[in-house]
Amino acid sequence: MLQLPEIYAENIHRWLPELLYYSLTTLKIGFFSFVLAVLFGVFFALCRTSRNRFLRGFAIGYIEIARGLPIVVVLYIVYFVPPQLFPGINWQWFSDFTAAVLGLGLHGGAILAEVFRSGIEALHKGQREAAISLGMTPAKAMTYIILPQAARIVLPPTGNYAIGLLKDTSLCTLIGVNEIMNGAKSIASSDYQPMAVFVLVAVIYFAMSYPLSLAVRYMERRLRVSG
Amino acid sequence: MNFFQIIEDKGWYFFTTLLSGWPATLTVAIGSLAFALVFGLIVALMRMSRWKLLRWPATAYVEFFRGTPALVQLFVIYFGFPDVGYQPSPFQAAILGLGLNGAAYLSEIYRAGIESIHRGQMEAALTLGMTPRRAMQYIVLPQALRTMLPPMTNFAIVLLKDTSIVFTVGVLEVMALARQLVTETLMSAPIYLMAGAMYLCVTIPMARVAARLERQRQAWH
Amino acid sequence: MSTVGSEANGRQPLLKIENLHKRFGELEVLRGVDLEVRRGEKVSIIGPSGSGKTTLLRCINYLEKPSGGHIYIDGTLIGEKKSGENYVHLSDRELARERQEIGFVFQRFNLFPHLTALGNVTIAPQRVLGLSREVAEKRGREMLQKVGLSHKVDEYPERLSGGQQQRVAIARVLAMQPKLMLFDEATSALDPELIGEVLRVMRQLADEGSTMVIVTHEIQFASEVSDRVIFMDQGRIVEQGPPKEVLFKPREPRTREFLKHIQAR
Repeated sequence: MLQLPEIYAENIHRWLPELLYYSLTTLKIGFFSFVLAVLFGVFFALCRTSRNRFLRGFAIGYIEIARGLPIVVVLYIVYFVPPQLFPGINWQWFSDFTAAVLGLGLHGGAILAEVFRSGIEALHKGQREAAISLGMTPAKAMTYIILPQAARIVLPPTGNYAIGLLKDTSLCTLIGVNEIMNGAKSIASSDYQPMAVFVLVAVIYFAMSYPLSLAVRYMERRLRVSG
Repeated sequence: MNFFQIIEDKGWYFFTTLLSGWPATLTVAIGSLAFALVFGLIVALMRMSRWKLLRWPATAYVEFFRGTPALVQLFVIYFGFPDVGYQPSPFQAAILGLGLNGAAYLSEIYRAGIESIHRGQMEAALTLGMTPRRAMQYIVLPQALRTMLPPMTNFAIVLLKDTSIVFTVGVLEVMALARQLVTETLMSAPIYLMAGAMYLCVTIPMARVAARLERQRQAWH
Repeated sequence: MSTVGSEANGRQPLLKIENLHKRFGELEVLRGVDLEVRRGEKVSIIGPSGSGKTTLLRCINYLEKPSGGHIYIDGTLIGEKKSGENYVHLSDRELARERQEIGFVFQRFNLFPHLTALGNVTIAPQRVLGLSREVAEKRGREMLQKVGLSHKVDEYPERLSGGQQQRVAIARVLAMQPKLMLFDEATSALDPELIGEVLRVMRQLADEGSTMVIVTHEIQFASEVSDRVIFMDQGRIVEQGPPKEVLFKPREPRTREFLKHIQAR
């Protein structure tokens, strides 16, 4: 029988600092791709709700494709395909890290576009009219009436997306990014302790994602009260 | 090397090779879906139980499996279980890993569906002399199923996409074959794009079905 | 904006509409409406649905852009300005300034669900008029008291009945101290037993001398409160005059038809 406590007692002083160091990269990927996903999400949500038929079709196409593809496939396509399609360009700058952020950001943009769209559409158009009829400019109506309401609708699913994203960064190991899974694989194979190492990694991920999910639940409860 | 030249020369070979990975992909998807459907229901019922001893482990299970990546769960099972004396086959590890991960999600869908059914339904069934279990089985669950169908379809799509990571534990599915083809021919662009297109051929129609089910469900209410 | 200039010119109507047209694609909803409303006058507009009465009201507040014609409040063009020989549309900022003086009460209340009753009443005075929070809240409480809701100041809209919501909406408009108040079927989304409380508040405003243009189906209310009743059909004013005449001795067959139809309900 495996004696996990003993293994940890013996090795944790070496494993934990190393894994935490790698988890910084995990957090970095998560942060940058989240920012990128929000930008893409806003852009495609606006296109999706636009009156222009071409923009709408473009957004629908993007959203369906990006949501229909497994993330691994998105990462492989983003990392490997452009250099091969355009071999004339210098691709030195295009690191695995850049590809990971871009790939996760593109994928997340499609998810957030749908989230933001539901936020925009859930608002009755009477809200804008009421604000405007009180003498607000469209900018003020947006700031004081529309955005505060939209935020209530959009924040919890955006938080859930962030949790999913944090876990999805683990897939970046598959294109060779030196994040926590990559670190874990090398420790597990050099120390012959895969069970202990991967369970420890699971605990580290949980320690990162659980506070986030508590925060989302708190938001859901708080925001529901004043509907 | 011209992209279209490659497609012309090797396209059919790539296509048939990738196609031969689909049985494995679907086996893992369906196997883990079946596992998650059954185990997820058990977990959901445990979480709604009156007994703390049933509720707590179920809650801990859901929280932990939802809080960690599926890839880590797969690695613990495939590379870790041998440490405790059990070497699962790639298929066993894949189905167990995605199934356990999926059950945590499905239990939440079950729970939301069951809780959406009005308490009065359960009470009406009890006053008719049904046991709580009968009432759940004949009255509450059939109604909840209607609410749950759209999110379950979405879950099936997610699960199908998630099978693309099980090559890491040695299952020879679509992505595994794609990677092999790339190592063999070094032509990553056409191969990964073709693999992506194949996934879309399955996931987009499924998403359409889920959207239609959701519209129907809203029409019922 | 000061009203001193127009006070001197007492004959000038508060609201003046000239040959107003509105088209939605092929559909012509307003086909040339002329209307003047004096300061302090109460005007009710009745008519079948699709007659253009709501659109007329929305044009006055420029929630709809007219396809033709002009609207003046206190002699000031609404929604556009003259540039040489041409009329140009106002910027959002200029439009917002004009709308401060025109209150609009919606059929479906349109309260802001993320704000309390007091928040709904104070947000525009604070953010549009730039009043301090204390002043805005003092005024807001007065207005809520006026509509009989001083006990619901801190409730969110979803906790209020339809009649209470509509009264908050009226208080929200009053807090902006508008020159003119527009009511778009303010009671038709309410359950019958809640209509009375809203009409009571509107009657009180009428008694205090506010200038009001009221689109309504409440014939009884219109006959008691208004100085003038207007019957609209198919985008035109068919008949207008004192309520006694229009409502009880209509000249036009179409008015008669409509009133018969409404009383039969």
